[in-house]
Amino acid sequence: MNLAAANNQSLADFSTVLIYSAMAVYVLAFLGHIAEWTFGSRSKVARTASALSPRRRSVVAPEVRAKATAGAAGAEQGGGTAVLDRPKVVTRSAGARPDVPDGPGAAAGDAQGDLYGTIALALTVLAFLVHAAGVLTRALSVQRVPWANMYEFSTTFSMVAVASYLGFVVAKKNVRWIGLPLVTTVLLDLGLATTVLYAESDQLPPALDSYWLVIHVSLAIFCGALLYLGTVGTVLYLFRDRYEVKLEEGRQPGAFATSVLERLPSAASLDKFAYRINAAVFPFWTFTIVAGAIWAESAWGRYWGWDPKEVWSFITWAAYACYLHARATAGWKGRKAAYLALAAFSCYLFNYYGVNFLFSGQHSYAGVD
Amino acid sequence: MSDIDTSRADETATGTAVGDAARHADRGIAGDADERAAAAQLSTTPSEDAPAAAGIGVLGWLRWFWRQLTSMRVALLLLLLLALAAVPGSVIPQNGVDQLQVDLFKEDNPGLSAVYEKLQLFDVFSSVWFSAIYLLLFVSLIGCIVPRSWQFVGQLRARPPRAPHRLDRMPAYATWRTDAEPEDVLATAHRTLRSARFRIAEGDGAVSAEKGYLREAGNLLFHLSLIVMLVAFAVGQLWSVEGGKLIVKGDGFSNTLTQYDDISAGGLYDFEDLDDFGFTLDEFHSTFEPSGPQKGTPREFRADVTYWDGADGAERQESIEVNHPLEIGDSKVFLIGHGYAPVVTLTDGQGDLAYRGPVPFLPQDINGTATGVIKIPDYRDGEGEPEQLGFVGRFTPTYGLNAELGPHSTFPALNYPVLALSAYHGDLGVDAGLPQNVYKLDQRKMEPFTGADGDILRKSLRPGESWELPDGAGTLTFERVERWASFNIAQKPASGWALAGSLAAIAGLAGSLFIQRRRVWVRARRDDAGHTVVELAGLGRSESARLPEELDRFVATLTAEAAPLEDGPDADADPPADRTDPSPDGGSAVGADPRRRS
Repeated sequence: MNLAAANNQSLADFSTVLIYSAMAVYVLAFLGHIAEWTFGSRSKVARTASALSPRRRSVVAPEVRAKATAGAAGAEQGGGTAVLDRPKVVTRSAGARPDVPDGPGAAAGDAQGDLYGTIALALTVLAFLVHAAGVLTRALSVQRVPWANMYEFSTTFSMVAVASYLGFVVAKKNVRWIGLPLVTTVLLDLGLATTVLYAESDQLPPALDSYWLVIHVSLAIFCGALLYLGTVGTVLYLFRDRYEVKLEEGRQPGAFATSVLERLPSAASLDKFAYRINAAVFPFWTFTIVAGAIWAESAWGRYWGWDPKEVWSFITWAAYACYLHARATAGWKGRKAAYLALAAFSCYLFNYYGVNFLFSGQHSYAGVD
Repeated sequence: MSDIDTSRADETATGTAVGDAARHADRGIAGDADERAAAAQLSTTPSEDAPAAAGIGVLGWLRWFWRQLTSMRVALLLLLLLALAAVPGSVIPQNGVDQLQVDLFKEDNPGLSAVYEKLQLFDVFSSVWFSAIYLLLFVSLIGCIVPRSWQFVGQLRARPPRAPHRLDRMPAYATWRTDAEPEDVLATAHRTLRSARFRIAEGDGAVSAEKGYLREAGNLLFHLSLIVMLVAFAVGQLWSVEGGKLIVKGDGFSNTLTQYDDISAGGLYDFEDLDDFGFTLDEFHSTFEPSGPQKGTPREFRADVTYWDGADGAERQESIEVNHPLEIGDSKVFLIGHGYAPVVTLTDGQGDLAYRGPVPFLPQDINGTATGVIKIPDYRDGEGEPEQLGFVGRFTPTYGLNAELGPHSTFPALNYPVLALSAYHGDLGVDAGLPQNVYKLDQRKMEPFTGADGDILRKSLRPGESWELPDGAGTLTFERVERWASFNIAQKPASGWALAGSLAAIAGLAGSLFIQRRRVWVRARRDDAGHTVVELAGLGRSESARLPEELDRFVATLTAEAAPLEDGPDADADPPADRTDPSPDGGSAVGADPRRRS
């Protein structure tokens, strides 16, 4: 149990080296994504414009829509000859702009861009493996789960976010568009973790020494990482939605916006992506709070005491509940609901950074002086 | 309150249930009455009534108010308000959460504090305005959930509705022609849907099926559970009692009102109901990080106690640790703090023993630098005059000295204990009968012992050392150091209900978010050419990729028994003709929202 044991310390140092290495590989992945987006800008597809411009819509839209819906519905199973005979399920979307196809992705069909995109993805996988090894060795060095201070929480957080992204990729979901923003923010997160938030590896203070730590904190990390992916979707939705509205009204968006936003999925797809994640995570976030309450009841003698951390997790919960309800309320759905989702995730972030640094409470385990 | 994804249908004045249907209705395509009928009763989402007309009288206004309150939009605003109202509760220190911070804040900002006091900002979560918001929210919730529960019970008894006339208007649709008999196709459809555990009704050459009632059940369960949680929380507050007790090693405690250092109870708690038990602190263990950057961080706390419970009084041994409270009856005993109590002896000016015992000092930092006060109320000075003595002290378990901090403790364990004191004599003010803080010396009627240069006398003592006060005023001996531990003893009813409510809420949430309520219709009829036209349509509560996928599986099953004819134009994957027809206004794709176009 003596932490001064040399092997533990060297393991902890090794973990830090691994995290730095992961950051280096993430930087390469970042550059790969930049190259992907740059080369992709050579391609001029502009199918959103053709689907939405008032002049051409009547001519182009039906074909595009039929294709888009058949693909999006997932009803086109396999596409091999064996199922060609089977009647297809035709869907009729109810969205505001159901006939907008998803963008072609960052590379936009450009061969070189696509190559860089694949390289970036491969590098992300590599960086993730190094990153995960870093987190694992940290856990081994302290012989417990690595979530007892902000450094450990942050490194695990971005690891789970990347893992979720890669999981979506493996499941063949259309998520490649998230690559660049994700890698960028993972770098930011790790940078903050290794500089500002760094804390030496150490054992747990008695209050944290409970199996509820594993349940409560791992859930908080898992929820946060997924909600973060949803938030990226929401932010891009807001941009893309504005772009589509402009096109629809016959105005001309800026050249940069056209180039970048054209390649993203349609606003409807982004919105659906964000909603599904947020809705799926919400019960888990609820359970995170409940698990925390059960732990608090055994550690502090009350399951709910309006400690700042508790207040903000409640606010986060209420904000996401607002978002879920707003999405179904006239006058709130669409952009306003999206702003609510952003506010809700800001609450999550504030609960992490803000509450740890600004307020003193019973959750003061930041490990930062 | 509402469903999670599509809910109180503010979005439409048509009074139909499904959000999708409402949006379809907006498109102004003829025949949508079909879909509205098809979607009817697919949830218990209430309709939004038209605003009240003028001159409807008091009852009308009440009804209007009630409808507003139970509407989704108002509930949403209340929920937002609740989230916002909680913010000051984290920014401003709260009574009952961190009393020390509240007192410090009031000292530093007397003017602002008065305003805050008026606005109940030190008690946000029990304030009138915060309570008003959540009570309104819960009234809104109840006003919505009760009628919906009844409606849901009705739906459970009902059969799936007849197939709509135009199945191709449904959100998911497939059709083909076959040579199989319509009756056989329908029988297969019946069988398939039955084995997929749909609820089925048959008639008019079509099969209607519905599934996913658990979604609504989950939704209702979630909102009902919230009410259970709120009630449990309220009961827990009103009938709870919680008190603190500091116990020096070897001392005991019995659970009666007078034994507590401080105690607070909910408004309806009767102190007669305190559980009948007591315990003695036998031993206190602590270990600390010995080195490294987190040197001094606690690693383990353990209080070994002997306790007795109730009338039988049998004594039992138990250890209380930070995450492991002692549970006796409905009460829980939590270990919340620890510290040192220097044991001192004071012989007065006449050589008589004036005081002997441990004096708990309160730790001020992570390394255990502690402050405390020794009060000697019964004492005679060198001339035999009765007087009172007071000592203000600092205790350092591991003494250290530097320019920045002065004398302080460098480690929380007893490595080099030093007790530093300054002495006062006069009137302690304890005789007035008013309760006094035992950790503070009221110096208004006390005078310090001073040296020849007029400075206040100070003395640092190691265990075993004595301090002879000037003018033969007596001798204080620092004998040794004892441990103390502080406990929080709490009795909180209904926490089991709160737990059950929260778990039910999560189960309900999972049901309402992960289960889809949907309807599937299969129609088979003979066309003019003598072939059988099979039509399949699906309608969901919310738009999801899973419905078309599910429909596709049914298509696969049905085509196995009713093979599609290759030549028929209807067997093609193209949407039916009217789906891509230019609409009257100049020809956009079907599905474009007219609102967007204007």
